[in-house]
Amino acid sequence: MLKMTHLSKIYRTEVVETYALRDFSVNVEEGEFVAVMGPSGSGKTTFLTIAGLLESFDGGEYRLDGEDVSKLNDNARSKIRNEKIGFVFQSFNLIPDLNVFDNVDVPLRYRGFKARERAQRIHDALETVGLVSRMKHLPAQLSGGQQQRVAIARALAGSPRLLLADEPTGNLDSLMARQVLDLIESINDHGTTVVMVTHDPELARRAHRSVHVLDGQVMDLQAVSESSKDETPARA
Amino acid sequence: MFSYYMNLALRSLKHNPVLTVLMVLAIAVGIGASMTTLTVMHLLSGDPLPGKSTHLFYAQVHSDPDKHRDPLDMLDYRSAVDLWSAHRADRQTLIVDSAIKVRAPDKNLPPLMLQMLSTTTDFFPMFSVPFQYGRSWSADDDARHARVAVISSDLNDRLFNGADSVGQTLRLGDSDVRIVGVLAPWRPSPLFYDVRGGRFAAGDTASFYTAPQDVFTPFNTGLEINDGNFQQFTCWRVPETPGHLENSACVWIGLWVQLDNNAKVAAYRQFLADYAAQQKSLGRFEYTDTRLLSLMQWLDFNHVVPSDVRLQTWLAFAFLIICLFNTISLLLAKFLRRAGEIGVRRALGASRSAVFAQCLVEAGLIGLLGGIGGWLLTLIGLWLIRRQPIAYADLVHLDTGMFVLTFVLAIAASLLAGVLPALRASRVMPALQLKTL
Repeated sequence: MLKMTHLSKIYRTEVVETYALRDFSVNVEEGEFVAVMGPSGSGKTTFLTIAGLLESFDGGEYRLDGEDVSKLNDNARSKIRNEKIGFVFQSFNLIPDLNVFDNVDVPLRYRGFKARERAQRIHDALETVGLVSRMKHLPAQLSGGQQQRVAIARALAGSPRLLLADEPTGNLDSLMARQVLDLIESINDHGTTVVMVTHDPELARRAHRSVHVLDGQVMDLQAVSESSKDETPARA
Repeated sequence: MFSYYMNLALRSLKHNPVLTVLMVLAIAVGIGASMTTLTVMHLLSGDPLPGKSTHLFYAQVHSDPDKHRDPLDMLDYRSAVDLWSAHRADRQTLIVDSAIKVRAPDKNLPPLMLQMLSTTTDFFPMFSVPFQYGRSWSADDDARHARVAVISSDLNDRLFNGADSVGQTLRLGDSDVRIVGVLAPWRPSPLFYDVRGGRFAAGDTASFYTAPQDVFTPFNTGLEINDGNFQQFTCWRVPETPGHLENSACVWIGLWVQLDNNAKVAAYRQFLADYAAQQKSLGRFEYTDTRLLSLMQWLDFNHVVPSDVRLQTWLAFAFLIICLFNTISLLLAKFLRRAGEIGVRRALGASRSAVFAQCLVEAGLIGLLGGIGGWLLTLIGLWLIRRQPIAYADLVHLDTGMFVLTFVLAIAASLLAGVLPALRASRVMPALQLKTL
């Protein structure tokens, strides 16, 4: 599903070049749930933004769903983001002026679905996260956990093949965090590939395997469950 | 997607009403100022006889023997009558304007000092002058100096309360004339047939937009009735009797001709040249320069649009540009304040062009609102102009074309102002925004 080979990302200023990712290689198979761990500044989020086609890279190769994405223009990248990728952010990133329905509607609008199909998908996604009754609420009227569930519904509504989550429970208390993670697990159970950046080893243990990033490089790959170890050879 | 973008734009404008009001005001004030002056400019520079002006020409010869300069703006009596009498055009008319005391002998009203146009019968059909009652006098009336007159609708209202006054008697100076026609309301802009000397007016040409004369008489009838009260355009010798110009060395009569095709125009130019050459051979002319300009060329030659109106128009557009720069700054601030939201939208699949389009729709909506404000301010501006003591004040109004242009200009201006901010917004780096949220 997601394969990066010897990828590098450099942030340049007039006087200094900083490698955010260096010789970064990782392979995530379809249907996997991979946790990406590492200390602050190690390059986890840079990896996630490149994986989500939100940022370009300087060297190496990145194939998403078998397609080399390095040469794609903005429209093509946007289309892939819209159709194949769902994002869940630590700070939810809901649009405060839009109610729950309209927030979930955002990616569907860019997809060009008709109103009836959009409404059905929004309803289904909100049903999945248990927030149909809050459809008309503004984000500010919801708790943190509810906001994150709306963000997950927004990511799910377009039926993405890949869900990228950046510290999805980072702003939640433990109860809410567990609920959100249950939800992500359930999404993965339905076949969606999940890549989740986290600091929390407890959360990472619930993934099929973990990728450790340090100084912009993949340091280790650990299978976290016997079953996944059997089914998925370790790669980095 | 347009309706979606419109919906987002409305939400965005409601979200920050102060900024919205500031932007709408900036556009509205700029549009109001520029549309007010542009409307005046449009009214003063338009074609007074659309569809007909291309066939109307003003004839000039060089009758001043002393100075070699451009043909004079008017004709001396002999040249005017010679050229008119030749009947070489499809239609031709002489005109001379003078002030005269007017009263209705049967009415107990004080006399009025009004402008009288002494002209020939072709004047009315040539210039499409509308009649409310009666008709113009005949060519025979011209020939026999008939004591008849056509009066304006305004004078008919004042003297006869708007009733059909055909057949009534009017006293012009000391002479009685019979009214044969009453004009329907008629307000050419400018008073094109009476335009002359504009290039010597130093831009002060507002008088070209006065209302038409109130009394029209056959050419020779007017000359007889008002003898001694005519003003020369210029003279190369002082007339023996002031105001009596028929045999003077002065130019004071205008000649308009109607020529319905190019061949006739060329033939008439040749006729004028031949006439000038003939007059030179007779010793009356020193120079043979002639000129035959079409109506619009003649107006252009006389710089009919007052220079202050042109200046105001330029200043108003400069002001609009300043307003647009303010709008650009405000839009830039507005869009970049939403960089976080734009980052989210980009992450969820919005392309740069989609973000650009969304921002531009918002700018266009601001333009539409600014257009409504600009339209109201334009109406106020024109109302204020109508209260000024200027000759064209009564002409000033917003026609359908200018009404539409108000909105077109407002939306176009705001879209123009929105391009740079929208471009900047579409270039927002989503990854950076999402990291900093």
